[in-house]
Amino acid sequence: MWDYSDKVKEYFYNPKNSGVLEDASGVGDVGAISCGDALRLMIKVDEPTQVITEAKFQTFGCGSAIASSSALTEIIIGKTIDEAMSLTNQDIADFLGGLPPEKMHCSVMGYEALHAAVANYRGEVWEDDHEEGALLCKCFGIDEGMIERTVRQNGLTSIEEITNFTKAGGGCSTCAEGLEEVLERVNAEMVSEGVLAAETAFDRTRAVQPVRRKKKDLEPVATGKAPLTTLQKIRLIEETIETIRPTLQRDGGDCELVDVDGNRVMVKLTGACVGCQLSGATIEGVQAKLVEAVGVPLLVIPVAMVH
Amino acid sequence: MKPVYLDNNATTRTDPQVVETMLPFFTEQFGNASSMHAFGADVGSALAKSRKQIQALLGSEFDHEIVFTSGGTEADNAAILSALQTQIGRKEIITSAVEHPAVLSLVAHLEKTQNITVHIIGVDAMGRLDMEAYRKALGPKTAIVSIMWANNETGTIFPVEELAQMAHEAGALFHTDAVQAVGKVPMNLAESEIDMLSLSGHKLHGPKGIGALYVRKGVRFRPLVRGGHQERGRRAGTENVPAIIGLGRAAELALEHMQDEQTRVAAMRDRLEEGLLASIPNCFVTGDATSRLPNTCNIAFEYIEGEAILLLMNKEGIAASSGSACTSGSLEPSHVLRAMDIPYTAAHGAIRFSLSRETTDEDVDRVLEVMPSVIAKLREMSPFWREREVREGAFNPTYA
Repeated sequence: MWDYSDKVKEYFYNPKNSGVLEDASGVGDVGAISCGDALRLMIKVDEPTQVITEAKFQTFGCGSAIASSSALTEIIIGKTIDEAMSLTNQDIADFLGGLPPEKMHCSVMGYEALHAAVANYRGEVWEDDHEEGALLCKCFGIDEGMIERTVRQNGLTSIEEITNFTKAGGGCSTCAEGLEEVLERVNAEMVSEGVLAAETAFDRTRAVQPVRRKKKDLEPVATGKAPLTTLQKIRLIEETIETIRPTLQRDGGDCELVDVDGNRVMVKLTGACVGCQLSGATIEGVQAKLVEAVGVPLLVIPVAMVH
Repeated sequence: MKPVYLDNNATTRTDPQVVETMLPFFTEQFGNASSMHAFGADVGSALAKSRKQIQALLGSEFDHEIVFTSGGTEADNAAILSALQTQIGRKEIITSAVEHPAVLSLVAHLEKTQNITVHIIGVDAMGRLDMEAYRKALGPKTAIVSIMWANNETGTIFPVEELAQMAHEAGALFHTDAVQAVGKVPMNLAESEIDMLSLSGHKLHGPKGIGALYVRKGVRFRPLVRGGHQERGRRAGTENVPAIIGLGRAAELALEHMQDEQTRVAAMRDRLEEGLLASIPNCFVTGDATSRLPNTCNIAFEYIEGEAILLLMNKEGIAASSGSACTSGSLEPSHVLRAMDIPYTAAHGAIRFSLSRETTDEDVDRVLEVMPSVIAKLREMSPFWREREVREGAFNPTYA
């Protein structure tokens, strides 16, 4: 049984704005019956103010698909087209108090339906960016084509890199075996094309299992250098966080340093990181980077937790 | 309101009589059957009794043909992997497209990693095996055929006896995953050509984590789990004694209720099915209605999605299951319904109702009362349903 939030259940059992909107100004159809979910979003726009005055949906799909559709209509009613278009699928998920990782695609479908409906209102043709190839990572909806392209463009040679660049494999990780197969195949092709050195290509027989770092590995490394002053330490922490930010920003998130107290580093996650189910992993990653750079044990604390 | 449990093909309630039989084996009779003292000897004779109870349910010739395992999945794995070792020079497996993942995932893995060729035999729209394709696939290279006795989703029963005879004509071993059939249909393995058969405790009101593999006397066998001499060296590891005792008692009770299962349970299932078909438009029964488990009925409701149906049913206190993609976390609907070529418009909305001897007439009444409004509510929300009434085929997504 899925671990749906109370709000998802509420929006599924008693959906708001379901049904047909007569004389809609824009209609967006996404999904397909073969995929197991499909959504039609109908919006009415007040021409002079560009405000969405009404929105209704019809959805074929699971509980979270219906809840996401209903949430979408609730979010966009009263917003201008421009305001609505700045929404992300994460906003839909946040509105519902989060979705199980495997169900995030329901919020993506809502996002796409909105764009399709607005395109229809503006008299444009909406092109979806769904690629060919098998869907590998179901948690984040990443297909084989996208992984292959990212591996080629960036010369990736490990599963961790794929996860960092595309998020694939970062959720339930059941696709790990599939990712390895694609990576090995694409790397082999790149080697034969002469764009990748054979010794760096991914090879399952030589691949090392990632090991969770033990506590003692995090102890300061004896470098022979004098210990850092507090000022030096804070500067180093600042510089390291600056190097991490671009990665987070690429996913619409961000991270800023708030305070340093002894070995406690207070940070604030912003943007898409807020409410993201993987923010725990993000904090863990920030901590590992900082410990590596500063060379002393540090505890990274997201400020929302310290009051 | 008392909950209605119609998901007995997923698992059954452990019969309280089974639990009662098991309890002393945790605290009083805790011995290891292999020990040279009274503690062990008592347990040893209890295990022997359990084996006899299962032998009786299966109608097998010898009690030592029963090998206890951790469940149906282990039994399936043990059977197939053993055959590949004993059938020297034979590198092919034949199975069906509608098997349980316990078989399908294993054979896919073997094909990928071990130079094994796998023939997956398809089924027709009613879920019946393509006999002609099966005949053609059999040959001097076939090590083992593994085809289920009855399908878990539709209840369709396969002609295992005939399939076993055909396998033997080709010199192949025949294994059947009978997890859904044992305890629901009468069996007489002593008169059968079936070489190996898997069963699971929790599908017949026994405990979870216990099952058995029947290995016909004379069939060469190589163990999956190696170690001690338990189970005559065919399955090492100290016996899960309480669970084995429970499985034996469950087998005994299943035999006692066999007549009831075949008559009263089947009649309730038929009433449920006819009632739903009569009160709800655009739905149909999947599977082979002429050869089906007495407790199973799978109904596909068009233009709506299974998880949503289950959630609304659950709110009304009714438990069933679906082959829907969304309940399993994958995007493809049930491989069983796809193999039967059930159209996507219906496959996503297929609901399996599986009854048991504990099901009552009131349970059936309640489902018949609730389902029409559940289905209607979701269809009201579905773009496909509305469009069918208003403008045929107007729903037209950009990617389909």
